[in-house]
Amino acid sequence: MIHVENLIKEFGPKRAVNGVSFTVKRGEILGFLGPNGAGKSTTMRMITGFIPPTSGAVRIAGFDISEKPIEAKKLIGYLPESAPCYSDMTVNGFLRFTAELRGLRGAAIDSAVANVAGLCFLEGVLHQSVDTLSKGYRHRTCFAQSILHDPQVLVLDEPTDGLDPNQKHEVRQIIKRMGQTKAIIFSTHILEEVEACCTHAIIIDHGTVVANGTPSELKSRADNAGSVSLRVHSIAAETVRTRLNSLSLSGKVTLQGSDVTVTARIFPRDRTLSGELARAVADLAIKEGWRFDELYTEEGRLDDVFRTITLPNSVKSTSKD
Amino acid sequence: MNESLRNIWTILKRELTGYFASPVAYVFIVIFLLLNGFFTFMLGGFFEQGEASLSRPFFNWHPWLYLFLVPAAGMRLWAEERRVGTLELLLTMPITAWQAIVGKFLACWTFLALALALTFPVVISVFYLGHPDGLAIISGYIGSFLLAGAYLSVTLATSAITRNQVISFILSVVICFFLILAGWEPVTNLLVRWAHPDIVELVAGFSVMPHFANFQRGVVDFRDLLFFASVIVFSLFSTSVILRNLRGA
Ligand SMILES: Nc1ncnc2c1ncn2[C@@H]1O[C@H](COP(=O)(O)OP(=O)(O)OP(=O)(O)O)[C@@H](O)[C@H]1O
Ligand SMILES: [Mg+2]
Repeated sequence: MIHVENLIKEFGPKRAVNGVSFTVKRGEILGFLGPNGAGKSTTMRMITGFIPPTSGAVRIAGFDISEKPIEAKKLIGYLPESAPCYSDMTVNGFLRFTAELRGLRGAAIDSAVANVAGLCFLEGVLHQSVDTLSKGYRHRTCFAQSILHDPQVLVLDEPTDGLDPNQKHEVRQIIKRMGQTKAIIFSTHILEEVEACCTHAIIIDHGTVVANGTPSELKSRADNAGSVSLRVHSIAAETVRTRLNSLSLSGKVTLQGSDVTVTARIFPRDRTLSGELARAVADLAIKEGWRFDELYTEEGRLDDVFRTITLPNSVKSTSKD
Repeated sequence: MNESLRNIWTILKRELTGYFASPVAYVFIVIFLLLNGFFTFMLGGFFEQGEASLSRPFFNWHPWLYLFLVPAAGMRLWAEERRVGTLELLLTMPITAWQAIVGKFLACWTFLALALALTFPVVISVFYLGHPDGLAIISGYIGSFLLAGAYLSVTLATSAITRNQVISFILSVVICFFLILAGWEPVTNLLVRWAHPDIVELVAGFSVMPHFANFQRGVVDFRDLLFFASVIVFSLFSTSVILRNLRGA
């Protein structure tokens, strides 16, 4: 549904987006990650046709956004980063206005507005002026606008920004539900959100895609992914280390803690064998009669991946400039 | 109704209700009417002129009155959208920039027409007092309406340049002031001392004054209509270019 090809955007001498390409199919939810100023919003603005790319192409269900803007825009629902609303209108007036621009008429407007007002919990403020809404409600109003016409493609720039935990949860549920039949791309700084809803994730830094895959693929890129963690009690740390080192599958072993409670982290010699390693460690602990109360395989944390991928880059490119 | 008309209508409706949702519209209309009355009856010498006509006491002031009031009415049209960020929402809707421009322009023009229409008591008094040339009054109103439209189109373009309403207002006043001065008699009388009369006339041709003067006298000339239409179309076109370039930069 969404095809992005080698998108480049220059603001004067500065490249905000530098050759971004990806595809989002129907039924996929793409999480768009990256540090502040990475170019997420700029990319989304080009996808939705707000700003023209310097070069590259965006196609929405086959319609090129520069050549067939109207046809492409009809398929898109868009929540801009600042969640702008017309402040001199009521929530109801605003939603009806966007519904009309989306091409809905008559009774279809009424039912669409009633539907999104229910989904986004806006019934209580429908006749309140947008001016007087709290930030979270304004955000929800703008989010409601983006899903009002049941679009095939949703582009959401930080959809849960400024919402309370309950609302964050609701919005994620809506995204997940809609994601089954639509192509969705949303940006966020909340990494748990990506794990909770996304089928795919992209990390972008300094305008280039630095990681692209499913959330679990990305997580497995963490340094400690696949390592086995074991916590034992009342055993000398050195004994634990030598025994663990003797396992044929284990590589490096690190220890933490005192002799009373030791947490060992065993890295596999070969990452693909981390499952077997966990079993071997369990067998060993049982055979030795260690009292252990924790044994698990580290999946890797998206936070760590995000940090290791984006931090060195920023050091590199600032020294380049 | 076809789709583009419908989009223009939707935007027009929103802008117009936006005007009346705030007290600004009423304040504007009251000020417009008060100033009109003041100029016509106090400065224009409506009663002293000794003839039943609106040309001098009433319409004469309109280029100057509009010089400040039209930019004030139109300065927010794009500047506010840019400041609040709703521009991003509007231009990612399935509408063309042209539909948005025309919708906004027509909304504000309608509002100005309404304010102008509310000056009708002046017409009633002039008919009450004497036997004016009714056609001249009509053509004067048409001219005034077109004049307001020309200024408004300029304001729309300056409003698209900046997110600051005050800057948009000042730019617009300056440009409209030029549109007056280039053909205002005191200025042209000065200019002919230095420049060839043909050149002075050419420059004056860009001014709204000679064209508006014809309407004031009761002459509706195709060339004057064409002049106002070209100013409007040119300015609206500039607006679309400005909007496109600002997004690209
Ligand atoms: N209109 C503009 N003119 C000049 N530079 C711009 C413009 N818009 C964005 N930029 C620059 O482009 C870069 C990318 O900005 P963008 O807003 O896309 O970042 P982002 O990934 O959305 O960041 P955040 O997480 O803070 O929202 C930034 O360095 C920004 O300063
Ligand atoms: Mg952003």
